[in-house]
Amino acid sequence: MSITYVNDDAYHPSNDAHERWSQGEWEMVVGLEVHVELATQTKLFSASPNRFGDEPNTNIDPVTLGLPGALPVLNRQAVELAIRLGLALNCTVQKSTFARKNYFYPDMPKAYQISQYDEPINIDGWLDLPDGFRVGIERGHLEEDTGKSSHVGGTGGRIHGSDYSLIDFNRAGVPLVEIVSRPDIRHPEQAKAYVTELRGILVAVGASDAKMEEGSMRVDANVSVRKPGEDFNTRCEIKNVNSVRSLGRAIEYEAQRQIALHEAGEPVVQQTRHWDENDGRTHTLRSKEDADDYRYFLEPDLVVVDPGNDWIDRVRAALPVLPAERRAILADASGQAANAEAIMVVVERGQDEYVMEAAKLGGDAGVALKHVKEAPELAGQVPAASLATLSTMESSGAITASQAKTIVAAMIDSGTTDPEAIAADLGFEAMDTSELESMVDQAIADQPDAWEKFCAGEGKAMGALVGAVMKASKGQADGKAVTALLNAKKP
Amino acid sequence: MSAFDIASKVRNGETTAADVVDAHLARIAERDDEINAFNLVLNDAARVRAAEIDEIIAAGDDPGPLAGVPVALKDNLCTRGIPTTCSSKILADWAPPYDATVVTRLSDAGAIAIGKTNLDEFAMGSSTENSAFGTTRNPLDTTRVPGGSSGGSAAAVAAGFAPLSLGSDTGGSIRQPAALCGVVGVKPTYGAVSRLGLIAFGSSLDQIGPFAHDVSDAALALEAISGHDPSDSTSIQQGPLDLTAALDRGVDGLRIGRITDLPTGASPDVEERLEVAFDALRSAGAEIVDVVVPAFGYGLTAYYLIAPAEASSNLARFDGVRFGMRTTAPDTNSMYTATRTDGFGDEVKRRIMLGTYALSAGYYDAYYGRAQKVRRLISNDFKAAYAQVDVLLTPASPSVAFEVGAKASDPLSMYLCDTYTIPSNLTGDPGMSVPFGTGEHGLPVGVQILAPALKDDVMFQAGATLERHMQSERGVAS
Amino acid sequence: MSDDLPRTTQRINEADVRKVATLARLALTDDELATATAELGAMLEHFADIDALELDGVEPMMQPTPLSNVMRDDIVGETLDRDEVLGQAPLAEDDRFRVPPIIGIEQ
Repeated sequence: MSITYVNDDAYHPSNDAHERWSQGEWEMVVGLEVHVELATQTKLFSASPNRFGDEPNTNIDPVTLGLPGALPVLNRQAVELAIRLGLALNCTVQKSTFARKNYFYPDMPKAYQISQYDEPINIDGWLDLPDGFRVGIERGHLEEDTGKSSHVGGTGGRIHGSDYSLIDFNRAGVPLVEIVSRPDIRHPEQAKAYVTELRGILVAVGASDAKMEEGSMRVDANVSVRKPGEDFNTRCEIKNVNSVRSLGRAIEYEAQRQIALHEAGEPVVQQTRHWDENDGRTHTLRSKEDADDYRYFLEPDLVVVDPGNDWIDRVRAALPVLPAERRAILADASGQAANAEAIMVVVERGQDEYVMEAAKLGGDAGVALKHVKEAPELAGQVPAASLATLSTMESSGAITASQAKTIVAAMIDSGTTDPEAIAADLGFEAMDTSELESMVDQAIADQPDAWEKFCAGEGKAMGALVGAVMKASKGQADGKAVTALLNAKKP
Repeated sequence: MSAFDIASKVRNGETTAADVVDAHLARIAERDDEINAFNLVLNDAARVRAAEIDEIIAAGDDPGPLAGVPVALKDNLCTRGIPTTCSSKILADWAPPYDATVVTRLSDAGAIAIGKTNLDEFAMGSSTENSAFGTTRNPLDTTRVPGGSSGGSAAAVAAGFAPLSLGSDTGGSIRQPAALCGVVGVKPTYGAVSRLGLIAFGSSLDQIGPFAHDVSDAALALEAISGHDPSDSTSIQQGPLDLTAALDRGVDGLRIGRITDLPTGASPDVEERLEVAFDALRSAGAEIVDVVVPAFGYGLTAYYLIAPAEASSNLARFDGVRFGMRTTAPDTNSMYTATRTDGFGDEVKRRIMLGTYALSAGYYDAYYGRAQKVRRLISNDFKAAYAQVDVLLTPASPSVAFEVGAKASDPLSMYLCDTYTIPSNLTGDPGMSVPFGTGEHGLPVGVQILAPALKDDVMFQAGATLERHMQSERGVAS
Repeated sequence: MSDDLPRTTQRINEADVRKVATLARLALTDDELATATAELGAMLEHFADIDALELDGVEPMMQPTPLSNVMRDDIVGETLDRDEVLGQAPLAEDDRFRVPPIIGIEQ
C-alpha cells in the first residue's frame, strides 16, 4: 500500500548525518503542542453528549452542526477541568476570552472554530520530567473539537485519490485543551518523557483519559535544529504522530532531515509535515501557497471567563497527589531515585499507594516495591499486610530473594495470603541469625587463607567463604546476609 | 383592531381566534400580491393554531396576553419545519429543526404566526430591494420602498396584514422601515431579547424587536419576548422588560436631549417634524437640554467595518455541506466557491469581502481594530450625554420613503439611511421610532427616541407621550 | 502606533480583492473583480474619516454587554433527530453528510 505524496521531498538519512548528530555538533529544538479531550459529560458549547463510539451523527444539536441561529453556551465543567490541569502544570490561571479562528473545512461546521487567542485561561507553567529536567509551558487554552471525516474510494481510507468523503459530527464541539510547551526539549527521549508525564498528570487530576491511540490526546511537534548557543532556526510542524514511540522516531527523523538541509546550504522551509509511520519519514502533503489567514477576532457570542480566586483556590485545594510527588514519596521510603525504573513503572500503574500501605504496616518499602514491579497482580489480589510481612522476612534475611519470589507467586496463584505459612510449607525455614553466624565463624575457621586474603581487601576471596556457608546450610543461607556478616567481622 | 384589543376580545369570548386569523388572511390574500410583504403565508398552520387557541378558551383556560393575535415573523427567525430563507437563494428550501426563542415565547403567549416576511438578503440593506424573492413595496405608496432590512415586517403591519410583526435591527433595520411605513418599531437594549434562532448578521449588534401600530401594542409584544434566555450567553440577567406601566407616566420633569452636533443630512420635512416633537414634549412638561455627542457621526464608518466583519464570519457556515443550497463541483473547495457564488446576492458578497478585508492579516489593526476603538469613543460620548438627560431625540430616517431603484446603484448612499440609527446598535442602547406625522408627498416621518441601556421603559414613556400628541394633532385636524 | 499602519485612505487593489474573495470562497469574473475593487475602494475612502481620530490608549469595545462568567451545568440535554437533520442535508449517505473529495485545502 503505497501513498503518493505531492511534492515529495522526503529525506533519506545517511550514516554521515547520524554521526555528526550524535557527536553533538547540532542540537534539536523541540516544542510540543498537545490537544487533550476533556472528560466532561457534554460538549464545550452545547449539551449534546461527549461520548466516543456512538452511532454517527447522534450526538448533535444546532450548535454542534453550526446551524443558522445557533448560539454557544460555555460548559462550566470544562472550565473546571481546564483550571485543574492548568494548576497541575503550575500555570497561572487568568481571566480569559474566546476568539473565532476562521477557515473552511468540511468537519468544521461553522467554518470557524471557537478557541482562545489573545487571552488563554492558563499561562506560564512548567512540567518537570522524572529526571528533573524542566520543560516550560507557554499556555493552555480551551477550544472545540471538529467532526470526523472518512474518505471513500481511495487507498487505505486516505484523502488522496478518494471519490468522496463522509462527515460525522459526533466529535464536533467536544471540549479540548491545547497545551503548548516552550521549545525547551532537546532530545527525542525528553519529548517522549514529556508526553508520558503529561498523560500521567491529566489522568491523575481526572481531566482526560489522554489516550493517543484513541485520539483523546494528540501531539504535534515543532522541530528545528541549531548549533548550540546560536539563534533558533526555521521550524517545521510535524503532525499525524499517533503514539509515544512514533513521536520519538518522527522527531529524530525530522531533526536529521533539517541538519542535512542546513549542511547542504539549503533553506528549511517553514511548513507542516505529515509523519508517515509506514515509511518512517515526514512529508509535505502539498506545496504551501498562502498560509490560511485565520482572521482571529473576539467571539461576540460569548462573554469573559473570570474564575476568580475562590474558584481557583478551591480547585487547587482539591488537587490529588500528582505522579511526581507520588514518585518522590516512594523514593523517600525506598531510598531509590525518583526516576528509578521500578518507581516509574509502579507509579504509572497506580500501584504506589499499595506499596506505601505495606510500608506503613511495617514493611520494607524497597523490597515491596521490587515485588510489585515484577508481579503487578499482587496489588489486586494480596493484602498490603501480607506484602509487608513478606518484605520484612526478606529484608531481615529470614528468607532469600528467590525464596520470596516463590512465595509471591504462590500467594498470587493459590489465593492464600499468609507468607509465613507458605514459607513453612515450602520448607523455607527461617534461618536463625545466630545459627548463620556460627556457620560463618566455622567457614572462617576452616579457611584461614581465604579469610586473610579477604581481610587484606581481596574481594574474590569472599567467594570461597560464602560458598562454604551455602554448602553448610544446604542452600538456605541468604547470600547477602552472609556477605554482610563477613564484612562486619573484618578487623 | 390593535393587538391589545384582539387579545382582550379573544380572551373574553367576544371573538374567536379563528375569525381573527381568517380576517387577516383575507386581507393578505387581497393585497400581498401588490405589496410582497410575505415570503410565505402560513394559511394552514395559522388556522390550526387558531383552533387550538379557541379550544383553550373553551376549556376555560387563558392562552396568554397575546391570545389569538396574528404575528408576522421576519424570515431570518427560525421556525421549526417551516422554511426560513433570509430571502436568499442559499437557504431557499431550508427548514430549521428548531424554533427561535422569540417564536416559542410568542406562541406561549397565545400569538399566532401568520407568515414569514421578506427582508433584504441576510438583513443587509435599507430598502428590502436586496431580496432574492423580489422587492417589498411600501403600502402607503407602492412606487416606494418600505425601508429595510425588515421591510416585509414593517409593511405587513402598515398594510393591516397583522397587528404585530417581529423584525431584527443591526444598524437600524427595524427603526428605519418603521419610520418609512408609519408604524412603531423598537430595537430593545442589546441582550433584552434572546438571539437564539435569529440567523446572525452582526452578532454584537443584532437585536430582535416588534413592529406595531401603537406604542402600547409594541410594549405588549416586547414584554412577551424579552427576558433572560440561558441559551443566549449575551442575554440580560433579568426577567422580561416591564414596559406597560411606563406608558401613562408622561414626561413631566423628564430631561430630553437635543444633540446639537448631530450629523446633517436629514431632509427639511424630517427636521420640521423633529422640532414639533421637541415642542410637544416641552408642552407636556419635559425639559429640553442641549447635549453634544461628538463621535456620533463616526458611527457609520465604525459600523460598516464591524458589521461586515462579523457577518463575513457568520455567513461562512453557508458552505453547502450540511444544509441549504449546494452547487455540485469535483472537490469540496470548489463546491464551497460555486455554492456561495451562486447562492449569495451582490450586496451580501460585497459586505462579506469588505468584512474579510477588515479582519485580514495586516489590516485588522487599521480597520476592525480601529473601528472597535471608535465604538468605545461613541459609547463614552453617549454615556456623557446620558449623565445630563434621560432620553435623546433624533430623526429615525434622514428622509421619507424613497422610490424603488433610487439608491440601488450606489451602495454608499444606501448606507447613509442608517446614519441616526447605527450608533445605538454600536453602544447596545435601545431605540424606537414613533410615527410622527407626515413629510414630503404626505409620506410618514418617524421620530427616534434613544435611551440608555435597560431604560427601555423610559424610552416608551417618551414614545407614548409623542403618540398621544399625534392623536390629539389628528383630532384637531379632523 | 498609528503611523505604521496602512491607512484606510489607501485604496484596495485587485490583488487584495482576489485574495479576500478566495478567503471567502467567492468567485469573481474579471468584470466583477474590477467593479468590486472600485466599490470597496470607494467605501474605504469614505471610511477614512476615522483616521483623523486620536485613538491611542482607547480600549476597544468588542461587545455592548458587561456580562461575565455565563456558563451552564454539564448535564446532557436534547439532541436533534438525525433523520430530520440528514433530511435537510444536500447529500447524505450512511448516516453521514457526504461531500466531494476534500483536496486543495489544508486541515
